[in-house]
Amino acid sequence: MEFISELSIFVLACFVGYYVVWSVTPALHTPLMAVTNAISSVIVVGALIASSAAVGGSEVSKWLGLIAVVLASINIFGGFAVTRRMLAMYKKKEKKLPVPATAAK
Amino acid sequence: MELIAATPAWAELAYLVAGVLFILALRGLSSPESSQKGNQYGMIGMAIAVSTTLVIHANGLPFIIGAIVIGGSIGWYIAQNIKMTAMPELVAGFHSLVGLAAVLVGASAFLNPAAFGILDAVTGLIKPVSRIELGLGVAIGAITFSGSIIAFMKLSGRMSGNPIMLPGRHIINLGILAGILGLIAYFVTDQAEWIFWTVMLLSFAIGFLLIIPIGGADMPVVISMLNSYSGWAAAAMGFTLHNSAMIITGALVGSSGAILSYIMCKAMNRSFISVIAGGFGDAGGPVVAGSAIQKAYKAGSAEDAAFIMQNAESVIIVPGYGMAVSQAQHALREMGDLLKKEGVSVKYAIHPVAGRMPGHMNVLLAEANVPYDEVFELEDINNDFSQCDVAFVIGANDVTNPAAKTDKTSPIYGMPVLDVEKAKTVLFVKRSMGGVGYAGVDNSVFYMDNTMMLLADAKKMVESINKNLAH
Repeated sequence: MEFISELSIFVLACFVGYYVVWSVTPALHTPLMAVTNAISSVIVVGALIASSAAVGGSEVSKWLGLIAVVLASINIFGGFAVTRRMLAMYKKKEKKLPVPATAAK
Repeated sequence: MELIAATPAWAELAYLVAGVLFILALRGLSSPESSQKGNQYGMIGMAIAVSTTLVIHANGLPFIIGAIVIGGSIGWYIAQNIKMTAMPELVAGFHSLVGLAAVLVGASAFLNPAAFGILDAVTGLIKPVSRIELGLGVAIGAITFSGSIIAFMKLSGRMSGNPIMLPGRHIINLGILAGILGLIAYFVTDQAEWIFWTVMLLSFAIGFLLIIPIGGADMPVVISMLNSYSGWAAAAMGFTLHNSAMIITGALVGSSGAILSYIMCKAMNRSFISVIAGGFGDAGGPVVAGSAIQKAYKAGSAEDAAFIMQNAESVIIVPGYGMAVSQAQHALREMGDLLKKEGVSVKYAIHPVAGRMPGHMNVLLAEANVPYDEVFELEDINNDFSQCDVAFVIGANDVTNPAAKTDKTSPIYGMPVLDVEKAKTVLFVKRSMGGVGYAGVDNSVFYMDNTMMLLADAKKMVESINKNLAH
């Protein structure tokens, strides 16, 4: 039962992802990859659970978790920061010049 | 055996909120204006997911915070210092980290299943459903890791971008893939350690073998595909941990990467299977040999180019990977500014697969302060070439090749291309006449009467054009 409800979330999220990503402008495809990279590091949640396992659990498991926390943190901070840096570079034209209708995109 | 309490309801809600914020982060990218805000939503979502986890699993905090600080500072440092031209390899490198993190989390869940709440109360073993999820998560994570490492090495030039072909590789790959799936299925009936580690090792191997034969020009597809895999790995782990934030995010990232791969394949008129099969752009073969015959072309100087563009009414600039390699984007923007001062209309035309990753050219032009409303996608600008005076092609080749429209025998036949040959004059910046594009095909645009070849390094050529424009 639990699996079915999780599967429902998953399938619906795939559809949401499908529509949201098609609406991303091609000019921002590189930042899209960088930010999806950052958010897929939400896997850090698993790493945190592993590293915080109570005493008595496997020591190896805990250390693997801590390494995973380091890796995921590189990605989280690196991914969001580099996305921010890239997005800050996208600027509009300063002067008012006649632009073709396609520029509205 | 320690007992793990179910995740409290408030935490489940917090994870859901994080998932929704991640959706908004992607939604923000629909336009440059809303994109910064979207990125902030993403950061808030991540902060919520991390702090929620830390509150309900408050154990060994000093170590954990230490790990976050170490990783965070490394990530921050890299993000601030990376060159924009190095973005493709950075993204590939980041993908590999997600993959490895997924593998490590999977291994640690296997070694200490109680901490993750995936033990069956009756048998004392890992629940069968969790075993499938764990197996899949580790397998996808490992493929993402080793595949991204190879992509990273190819993109950063640490390894040749040429496809490396092993004999019988399709059979080896299919065999390993079948082995992985078979072992995961067997894992459900027998929770043996050797199965788990073998699945992991085989997956590392196949990630490596899958990317090795793929050439540099197919990298936009590969990097999008690995992006997708890193999402599926996160989703599989989310199922194992019953965490909605991870499931939602994994699904978003997985479909995002899949859509980008589809867009890239379509822009090259290649099927996904043929890209994965690899070998495209392998040097040699009859096509290259046939093009070795010397044909007449017109070569021009920076002075000529400056003169032609000054007297033009409209110029469309077509950048490609060569612009990135020679870092010519800043000089190019300066050229655009000088021309605009002369009253020339300047636009940029971007082919979807120009460069080494989706949107690569757009980022470089943005870095050089080219306003994004002067930059157009293929389908929005292709009709304008017939009315424009000059098409200025810099570092692009195959994406301008008319053979893709006319020559059914050409390897790039059917690929959508920019109609540069319809412009009154084509200025083609190219390092030398010897090299052909990644597809190994000659380009008839070089030999047209209205084409002038500007044979030099892209950046040096644009800089000397600028000197000629300035006075």
